[in-house]
Amino acid sequence: MESLDLHKISVRELNQYLHKELPNKNGVKKLEILNPDGMHSIAAGMDAPVDIDIKGHGGYYVGGMNKHANITVHGNVGWGVAENMMSGTVRVKGFASSAAGATGRGGTLIIEGDTSLRCGISMKGIDIVVGGSIGNFSGFMAQAGRMVICGDAGDGLGDSMYEAVFYVRGKIKSLGADAQEEPMTDADYAAVKELLGRAGFKHDPKEFKRVAGAKKLYNWNADANQEY
Amino acid sequence: MTKKLVLEESAGFDQKVIEYVHRASATGLYEIRGMGAKRHLPSFDDLVFLAGSASRYPLEGYREKCTTTTVLGTRFAKKPIELAIPITIAGMSFGALSGRVKEALGRAATEMGTSTTTGDGGMTPEERQSSKTLVYQCLPSRYGFNPDDLRKADAIELVIGQGAKPGGGGMLLGQKVTKRVAGMRTLPIGVDQRSACRHPDWTGPDDLAIKVAELREITDWEKPIYIKVGATRTFNDVKLAVHAGADVIVVDGMQGGTAATQTVFIEHIGIPTLAALRQAVDALEDMNMRGKVQLIVSGGIRTGADVAKALAMGADAVAIGQGILLSLGCNSSSYLHEGAHIDATADYNALGTAPGYCHHCQTGKCPVGVTTQDEELELRLEPLTGAKRVKNYLKTLNMELTTVARACGKSNVHHLEREDLVALTLEAAAMARIPLAGTDWIPGVSRF
Ligand SMILES: Cc1cc2nc3c(=O)[nH]c(=O)nc-3n(C[C@H](O)[C@H](O)[C@H](O)COP(=O)(O)O)c2cc1C
Ligand code: SF4
Repeated sequence: MESLDLHKISVRELNQYLHKELPNKNGVKKLEILNPDGMHSIAAGMDAPVDIDIKGHGGYYVGGMNKHANITVHGNVGWGVAENMMSGTVRVKGFASSAAGATGRGGTLIIEGDTSLRCGISMKGIDIVVGGSIGNFSGFMAQAGRMVICGDAGDGLGDSMYEAVFYVRGKIKSLGADAQEEPMTDADYAAVKELLGRAGFKHDPKEFKRVAGAKKLYNWNADANQEY
Repeated sequence: MTKKLVLEESAGFDQKVIEYVHRASATGLYEIRGMGAKRHLPSFDDLVFLAGSASRYPLEGYREKCTTTTVLGTRFAKKPIELAIPITIAGMSFGALSGRVKEALGRAATEMGTSTTTGDGGMTPEERQSSKTLVYQCLPSRYGFNPDDLRKADAIELVIGQGAKPGGGGMLLGQKVTKRVAGMRTLPIGVDQRSACRHPDWTGPDDLAIKVAELREITDWEKPIYIKVGATRTFNDVKLAVHAGADVIVVDGMQGGTAATQTVFIEHIGIPTLAALRQAVDALEDMNMRGKVQLIVSGGIRTGADVAKALAMGADAVAIGQGILLSLGCNSSSYLHEGAHIDATADYNALGTAPGYCHHCQTGKCPVGVTTQDEELELRLEPLTGAKRVKNYLKTLNMELTTVARACGKSNVHHLEREDLVALTLEAAAMARIPLAGTDWIPGVSRF
């Protein structure tokens, strides 16, 4: 397996290698990145189907805008992990800071630990599975995609959300404007089962509740008594 | 005998305010509209040039060369942008504008050797194909934002704010959220779209620096990165944008146009372009960054004289929104169809307005087919005709710019300088820090 050591090369050199040279190399399907030391933008802008193991903690925007790659972080990450991801998988073995999976459009983001504020903010089609709990204001303006939360959710979950769907196993501190709890259907149980399976988490889908948009803020309405 | 009518209008509660209270009472919602501030503001009109005379000599208008080449993004980008003229087309979203208009703008910009810009809603194939130089916006909503288009762009503009609505998010009312627009934005068809005012994945200047670095990493440090701010605390904002690693800073003054914004923002938030431009130049000079980080100014730029004054005050280029819409026929009483002028007055009237007064872009029912997604209305703008008109407009501005520069003795429009200007009003003198005409008095700097 190829090893790239961030004590020996810069993040810029790493990313240019991943973007420009790696796709032309036959045979390299798996590589590891050593000594990430909380550096930012590691493996951002990937556009190739490779498996990348980051051996340690990442800073902001690990796997940002990822396409096709499967990235595993053997540690914690800073803000915006897998932000605007298009496809592929990003797995964080530890904790993730704020705005995990922000604006993601596709692929799967798995966080085995907890994640902080605004997880899944403005998500646009990504699937997010969190093993632990998520912070306040998560799923703000979430447009599309699914988020499974095995622990608890903080304040204001799903404020002003559109068509995304959240499944929460633990407690929800409060729902945001226009988010509501809805009954689980067979399709929801099947979806949770499939997403948990993808993440490798063993919970009973029956323990989850569904949160979706009430759609009352979709059009201006003076009598809605909401802040626009 | 009929009683004499005494019609003394109140200064505080004039017709406009009466109309405002009535509207608010009837609807319970704030007004949302298009275009820019309508109130009087200190502006470039309050400055004039001191051209060549005995103490400085002018250049010959028709013979002597006057260069307009403008290079943007020389600080970090491997591939800076070279434009033939310092006049660019501002970011206006597909959604606010039709695909046909986007195509017209791309064609005109390409023919003139300048750039056009995407907007809140992503990049359309029409504009990418028709634009030689296309700036791709990264906005808080991130609608339609993706790495493929990012790599296709020639520059990236990270939008923190707009002059028409500093501190406010985007808006697109349901009439314009058609199937195609909704699809590009991942929204349900027909929603009154409000988008975020803050970026989802960073807050504060230190984070911004990390975000800029990420965009550079994703694009291998090739593309210039612009940071656009609405004019408020411009001195500080420009410094923070430089600190964050911008190649180019775009400062959009409060006169700046919009397709849909709350009137209370348009008229009451932000500072005029004139004041903002001076603060921006101060900030760059303070950091010794003049010429290293380029400055684009926008908000109420209409004429070649405006462009020349902006450059003289220290801008490297300008961006235009409303002027471009007008050149396409906005607020004209007719539209062109196969060479014939077709009257559109009735359509303006149906919106409750008339040609010359329209600001109804938010309705999507643009009488001349510019700011619409309606399949029939958008046909009123023929891309080739629109492109020709925009090109003519840009050409005229550029001719005015060079003729003024030559009169001031400059063989390069970027050599225009503050010393070429004087102010006609105290406000403009103080805001632009330019002496009042006929004096060497700059309020706040020197004593009369
Ligand atoms: C129809 C219209 C749509 C606009 N859409 C955007 C947008 O999507 N993103 C943005 O940053 N600014 C947008 N703007 C603002 C322009 O980029 C620019 O800042 C402004 O138009 C400059 O002022 P001016 O209109 O007086 O020239 C829009 C302006 C107009 C008129
Ligand atoms: S004519 Fe069209 S572009 Fe111009 S203000 Fe009216 S609706 Fe907007």
